[in-house]
Formats: sequence, structure tokens, C-alpha cells
Amino acid sequence: MEYLPILIFLGLAIALGLILILAAVIVAVKNPDPEKVSAYECGFDPFDDSRMRFDVRYYLVAILFIIFDLEIAFLFPWATAFQDIGLLGFWSMIVFLGVLTVGFAYEWKKGALEWD
Amino acid sequence: MLSNDISVILPELLLAVFAMASLMIGVWSKKQEAVSNLILWATAIIFVVFGAWIGLSPEGTSTAFNGAFVNDGFARFSKVVMLWGGASMMVLSRDYLLKNDLLKYEYPALITLAMVGMMMMVSAGDLMALYMGLELQSLSLYVIAAFRRDSLRSTEAGLKYFVLGALSSGLLLYGASLVYGYTGTTSFTAISSVVTLEGVSLGLLFGLVFLATGMAFKVSAAPFHMWTPDVYEGSPTPVTGFFATAPKVAAAAMFARVLFDAFGEAVSDWQQILVFLSIASMFLGSIAAIGQKNIKRLMAYSSIAHMGFALMGLAAGTEEGAQSLLIYLAIYVTMNVGVFAFILNMERDGRPILSIDSLGMYSRVAPGRALALAILMFSLAGIPPLVGFFGKFYVLSAAVDAGLIWLAVAGVIASVIGAYYYLRIIFLMYFGEQTEGLNGTMPAAHWVFLGGAAAAMVLGVYNLFGVESIAGIAAATLIH
Repeated sequence: MEYLPILIFLGLAIALGLILILAAVIVAVKNPDPEKVSAYECGFDPFDDSRMRFDVRYYLVAILFIIFDLEIAFLFPWATAFQDIGLLGFWSMIVFLGVLTVGFAYEWKKGALEWD
Repeated sequence: MLSNDISVILPELLLAVFAMASLMIGVWSKKQEAVSNLILWATAIIFVVFGAWIGLSPEGTSTAFNGAFVNDGFARFSKVVMLWGGASMMVLSRDYLLKNDLLKYEYPALITLAMVGMMMMVSAGDLMALYMGLELQSLSLYVIAAFRRDSLRSTEAGLKYFVLGALSSGLLLYGASLVYGYTGTTSFTAISSVVTLEGVSLGLLFGLVFLATGMAFKVSAAPFHMWTPDVYEGSPTPVTGFFATAPKVAAAAMFARVLFDAFGEAVSDWQQILVFLSIASMFLGSIAAIGQKNIKRLMAYSSIAHMGFALMGLAAGTEEGAQSLLIYLAIYVTMNVGVFAFILNMERDGRPILSIDSLGMYSRVAPGRALALAILMFSLAGIPPLVGFFGKFYVLSAAVDAGLIWLAVAGVIASVIGAYYYLRIIFLMYFGEQTEGLNGTMPAAHWVFLGGAAAAMVLGVYNLFGVESIAGIAAATLIH
């Protein structure tokens, strides 16, 4: 009995999924062309030599992304345990964010965030 | 509690704040060159002052953050050697950086960050603190290896260093996870008590071997040395000089700390690993250096051989061994500062020349410099009246006292083989063929370091400037 909400949720999810797909089949305008029906990969030709060159700026963006992605990975457990870690835990994270901000200010001023 | 912790790590904290401040000042300043110059000098001065501060701080052991950070005599000795060695290389690097348009404020900032990492490494009392320090150091060093971005060699050096460094960090981390899995703790003192109670289980032994492998990479001990020659050759010369001084001390001291602090009760388990690393490094470094034509590659192989000798002290597994390791490292750094002061000024018509053959009959061109280099080469080879001999003497006698007589014999043989290539440089300078050699001048500051290092090699014979007793006190804090 206590799992009933999950069953309802599953049912809703299946129903909604079916409705959306069927609606697209029935209602949508169909006007296919080769570009539209080909496999899609973000930013690249899907079938090409995998050793292609790409702009070094992708790499830079990826690195900057990793830094802030990790920051979030640290922030979540910190936020979850916030009640128990006290003032020391709070200020530790603030110092960590401060250090990250220094790095962020550096990269911004250095122009790493500008695409051209 | 917290204020006590902070007072223990105050030097590291202030250095980290300084690194960030110099980054901010640098990026917001209009006159890049002048500010970079200023930051470089400020960094060198701060290194010297912090070295004196740490060196003169009262004796005794204090810990912070539940034992994750240990400030004892051993850590302080290593820190003073690293800070002063780093400051010397900073001052020496200025002219080269200026000439090659590399004088950027990021250089001193990155070195400061690497220094914070190294200080953390030698003070680590916990596997996590150790790894944090190691990564801070390594990541900063990868970047400055590739500091000359328009040079293919330099970027290659940075990439090679990064890939192999990442591999070694992975091995070390795997070892750390095994050690944690089999002891249930990451703290060195707790690991040590588990080892005392239960001995070294097979799993823990695996962890220890992986840890040792990772750290052998960092000290560039054979057979984990393969990155060293390429990185030394490719990096800008001042960076190579820096690599040959402070990071070597940090890695070797970290090695000693893990083995003595965490596995001090299991000497017999790691002694054979260290003996193997030591012999392999001494022979590989000595033999492979013979064929080298580039002086930076030669110094790379020389550093491998010297690390072999330093690890011999560690292999002894005694307090005397730890003391001899510290003495050896201090002497090694002094010699390298002098040699790199020379290498940085090897040039013809303003272009850097690194081939050894260019030293032919150098004693006619610049007798003073040739004499200083000759003394340093004699000392590196460990020829008796000079200080370099005493470094080798201490590690050999530590090995003999620990019962590793054949290791000491192997060390002597390797030392004789190694003497060949050091003496070849002296031979070239005094009796070699006249070549279209070097003709650069040398700034006075560089003369001070070259001449000072050479003079120290001669004058230090009297009592090693008291390093012996200081290293003895430092080593005593490591052994429980």
C-alpha cells in the first residue's frame, strides 16, 4: 500500500510519454530532408575521422566547466550536512568558494571567457 | 582549537594567500613587465624570509587538523632547504625569463603554489593531506614545465610530465586506497599502530608497494625515471633548475615520512624495495649519462643517480639513514643551484647553447667560471676533499651500519662509473678541443650563486656548516 504513489507515478509517466509520442505522430507537420533525418551529434559530423582537430577553446571551456562542476559536487554534501557541521563547516566552504572566485576573476580578466 | 591549527600551518597559509594576491595584482596591473619583475623579487624575498622564520622557530612537534598536518624538525629542515633552494632558483631565473620574453607574474605565482604543495607534502601526517600536497605541487609543475608555450619541446615536456605524473598519482592513490582498506585509517600514526598490532598483511603490503611506486615516480628513481630526461631537456632552463632542487627534496622527504611514520614498524617489508630502487637508480643514472651530449639531459641522469644515493640512506631504515638522507639532499640542492647558475649562462652570441662539446677549452674563455664549475663537478662526483664526498660518505656509512654492506659496495662502484662523465666535463674545459664555444657574460648575481656554491663545497669540509647536527636533530623527530 505504501508503494501506491510510485505505481501512480509510473502510470502517469507511461501515459504522458505515450500521449506525447502519439501526438507527434498524429498532429505534427512532416517535412523530412536529409539533414533532419540524419544522426545528430552536437557540434561534429557524426561519421568522420575521430582524430579530427578541433578548436583549443573547447578544451578551455571544458576545463572551466570541470572546475565549477566539482565545486557543485562539493556544495551538495555540504548543503545536506549543513545542520551538523556548524560554523567551521560554513566558513570552510566560504574560504573554498573565495579561492575559486580568485581563480574565476583571474580567468575572466585574462579573457578566457571570451570566444574571440 | 582552530586557532591552534591555524598557527601551526601559518607559513603555508600565508604563502597560499600571497600566491593568490600576486595573481590578482598581476592580472589587474597595466604594466605587466614591471609588476611581474616586482612579484618575482617579492616571491624570492618571501621564500628567504619564510625559510628563516621556519628555521628559527622553536623546536618541538606540533600537529594540526587531527594529525593531518605535522610540523616537526624533519618537516622544518626540508622546508628550509626547499624555500632557500627555490628562492635561489627564482633569483637566477630572472635574466633568462627576461631575455626569452617569459617574465610573467604567473611564473612566481605557480612556483609559490608548488612550494605550498611541497611544504604540505613534507608535513603530511595523513594520506589525504599527502595526496593534496602532492597534487598541488604536481599540477603547478606541469604548467611551468610547459611555460614556454611557443616551443614544441617545452609543451612536449609539459605533456609528458603531465601524463606520466597522472599515472604515478593514480598508482599512489590506488596504494593509498589499499592501505586504507586494510588498516581502516588514513592517518600515519594510526596506520603505524595497526602495523605494530597486526603486522603487515598481504593486502597492506600491496598498498605499500603501490605507494612506494607512486613516490618513486616523483623522486625519479629508476625504473620509474623515464620522464626525467625529456622533461629536464624540454623545460625552460630555469624551470629545469627548479625541478632539480626543491621538488626533489619534497618528494624524497615525503617518501621518508610515509615509510618511517606509517610503516616504521615494518622496515624489513620495504627495505628490499628501497634497496632495489637505490641500486637501479645509481647504476642507470651513472651509465646512461655517459652518452649524453646535452648538459640538461646529463643533469637529469645525474639527478637520477643522486636520488639513488639519497634512497640508500632511506633504505637503511635507521635514524642515521634519515639523517644522511637530509644531509645528502641539502648538499645536492646547493650543488645544483651552483651548476644551474652556470648552465643558465651557457650561451653564444646571446643564444643559449646546451651541448657539452661547447665547453671545449672553456678555462681559457672564463677561468673563474670554469674553476667554479670544475669544483662543483668534482663535488657531484663525490671526489674526497669536497663536500659532495661527505654526502655520499654519510649514506654509505648509514647503509653499512644497517648491515647493507653489498648495497654500499654497489654504491661505490656506481659512484666510480658516474665520476667518468663529471670528469669529462672538467677534461673538456681544461684539456678539450678548442671549439666555437661559449662567449656570454655572467650577471653578478649569478656569479654569487656559482661562486658561493663552489666555495661552500670547499669550505664546508670543515664542519658542513653545522648541517650534520641539525639534520641529526631533524631525523630524530621522524623516528619514534
